Amino acid sequence: MTRKTKILGYLQQAWLVLVLACAYGGALAGVQISLSPRIAENRRQETYRIIPQLVPGAEQEQTVELSISDRHGNPARVYQTRDAEGQPNGWVVPAKGPGFADDIGLLIGLDPPLNKITGMYVLDQRETPGLGDFIRDADFQRQFRGKAADTPIEAVKADPGEQQITVLSGATVSSSSVCEIVNTALANLREPLLQEWARASAGADPRDEAEAAW
Amino acid sequence: MANGPTASERFLNGILPENPVYRQLLGMCPVLAVTAAMLPALTMAAATAFVLISANGIISLIRGQLRPHLRILVFTLTIATFVTIADRFLAAYLYEMSKVLGPYVPLIIVNCLIISRCEICASKQSVRVAVADAVGMSLGFTLALTSIATVREILGSGSWLGIRVLPEAWPNWGIMVLPPGAFLVLGLLLAAVEWWGQWRAQRMDYAVAPAMRGQQAQATGEGMEEANSWKA
Repeated sequence: MTRKTKILGYLQQAWLVLVLACAYGGALAGVQISLSPRIAENRRQETYRIIPQLVPGAEQEQTVELSISDRHGNPARVYQTRDAEGQPNGWVVPAKGPGFADDIGLLIGLDPPLNKITGMYVLDQRETPGLGDFIRDADFQRQFRGKAADTPIEAVKADPGEQQITVLSGATVSSSSVCEIVNTALANLREPLLQEWARASAGADPRDEAEAAW
Repeated sequence: MANGPTASERFLNGILPENPVYRQLLGMCPVLAVTAAMLPALTMAAATAFVLISANGIISLIRGQLRPHLRILVFTLTIATFVTIADRFLAAYLYEMSKVLGPYVPLIIVNCLIISRCEICASKQSVRVAVADAVGMSLGFTLALTSIATVREILGSGSWLGIRVLPEAWPNWGIMVLPPGAFLVLGLLLAAVEWWGQWRAQRMDYAVAPAMRGQQAQATGEGMEEANSWKA
């Protein structure tokens, strides 16, 4: 049998699978393009709803969205939170990274000079139901509150120290993944956020800049 | 192959006589996981129905081109596509509910109910029959999910579809919203359906038997033989 007839034989067998795969791929791309703005908007609204819990005293309406670059030059979106008087009082940083099953999306609340983590929230997760999805528990997320933002956080099985959190039994990988995502995000965004904060303290209002850019 | 049941027979079969949950014990994962309350159960039932009807329709349309050794691949490909569409749709229009259902929506892909209908019915029957079959099965699945969710939500939270139905003094049975409650309710309802089915079969026997006896009394030896062979 020549190579040509062999290939033709394969095509004769598999053409339906190939055609369907292309058609379905196209259909899914269409669905993704038409629905993703709505899904992103839903996520953004949830983020805004959660902001007051992540940064004490933050006002939902006063929050400013900033587009910055992390230390590797990748674009990142962060939220600068403000109190009722419009004074910047913290940051909310979206972070994403691999979990046990799929990417886990987090929101991290920080004080303005990046000394402490003021809150952590799991925005998006597909961990194993009944085990890994315990990372959604408020008790687990509360452990991150008050941790120093300049040293990596460690996940331990028991007796957590100053900069450590207790992993949930049955959710070791998921808990450690959350720590890893927080550490990576803070390491990547520390310098740019501090620069942004220094600029804000010097009197430049990022909101004016945003308007100027328009 | 014989023609088998007609479209309307298949439609009715799916609802009770061949109920996917109570008679075939298929799709146990969503049955146990999302029935703590009515709303997630209904959403899951609707998503499953969408996938089942679409997949059955498409598979039936292309049934003439299916290669036997590649058919499972085509089934899975089709089902996965519609599950992804359902998942994105929920995330866009029912965001809160999609967070409640979490990974169970993508898990519809592995619901054996859908692939079994593709294999048993859609790959061999016309589109009309396949869609009727899918709609019947979806209704049967919805009936099963909602019956379990009704018991669990009323006893576990004192409400139904989020509306308070039991007095405030009702002590919510915590176990009902937890996984053990799902197993308990499923087991009890399964037993009840089985018991009802047997009771009905017995009553049918009694109703049919006298007539049969009358026929047999009249029948000759040849007739008896015929009746027996028909019974076998």
